[in-house]
Amino acid sequence: MADQLIFWVAAIVAIIAAIRVVVLKNAVLSVLHLIVTLIALAVLFLQLSAEFIAALQIIVYAGAIMVLFLFIVMLLNLRKDEFGRDQLPWLRLLGTLAGAAFLAELISLIGGGRVMAANVPDGFGSVRSIGIALFGEYMFPFELTSLLLVAAVLAAVVVARRKSSNEIDAAPPAGNEGEA
Amino acid sequence: MNALPVPLGNYIILSGILFSLGVIGVLTARNAIVILMSIELMLNAANLLLVVFARVHGDLGGQVMVFFVLTVAAAEAAVGLAILVAVFRRKGSVDVDRLNMLKG
Repeated sequence: MADQLIFWVAAIVAIIAAIRVVVLKNAVLSVLHLIVTLIALAVLFLQLSAEFIAALQIIVYAGAIMVLFLFIVMLLNLRKDEFGRDQLPWLRLLGTLAGAAFLAELISLIGGGRVMAANVPDGFGSVRSIGIALFGEYMFPFELTSLLLVAAVLAAVVVARRKSSNEIDAAPPAGNEGEA
Repeated sequence: MNALPVPLGNYIILSGILFSLGVIGVLTARNAIVILMSIELMLNAANLLLVVFARVHGDLGGQVMVFFVLTVAAAEAAVGLAILVAVFRRKGSVDVDRLNMLKG
């Protein structure tokens, strides 16, 4: 009974916060509501014996990725009147209708029937068991993620750099050569 | 403990609702940052299903996949936001309706 209550509270909080992410005009509030959604999902993960994933969700997602979003929102410092009159109001309606149709299609695909969960051993989803899976069966994909992260960091630095590469080639800053 | 707290269908519908809200956000938002956040919402809907089915099948592979999705989301957010910063420097706006540089 308590389990069901926790599910419903977390699910309703997640859905309401997700709706507000989409409809709010203020990007800072959108980020904060997305954090609420992520934490509600972390509660659901805890219920499904995924303790490590729930911790990751809060530390990495709500902690790191959302702070990056918040940082960019405040860096860009958009004014309230940034987005003027809607030029394509019918497109908003069409987008909402398309999303609703998509949801109806998804729900129509779900079959009935009660599914029992498998018996899971103690420590399923713990740091230890995830670590053994990550460094055993999933060793190669795990190493590939480090390559992905390096590529992402390099791409972010190159794309967001202030000077274009031509300017840097044309006029290298004095002193850099000597240090190298 | 071999039963889910609620029937499996509830999780699937919750995930579907969150995913659809992400779709609506991508289709309707004008602020490019909100579009990126809607993509995060869709990734999280997928994460929820991965965790649920990891539990249903008693297979840790689903939770490991969530770890990989988290990594991809971090990379996507970093690159996406860097692109937004570059676009903002050039156009002075992140309104996707104004990003029509390819228009003849």
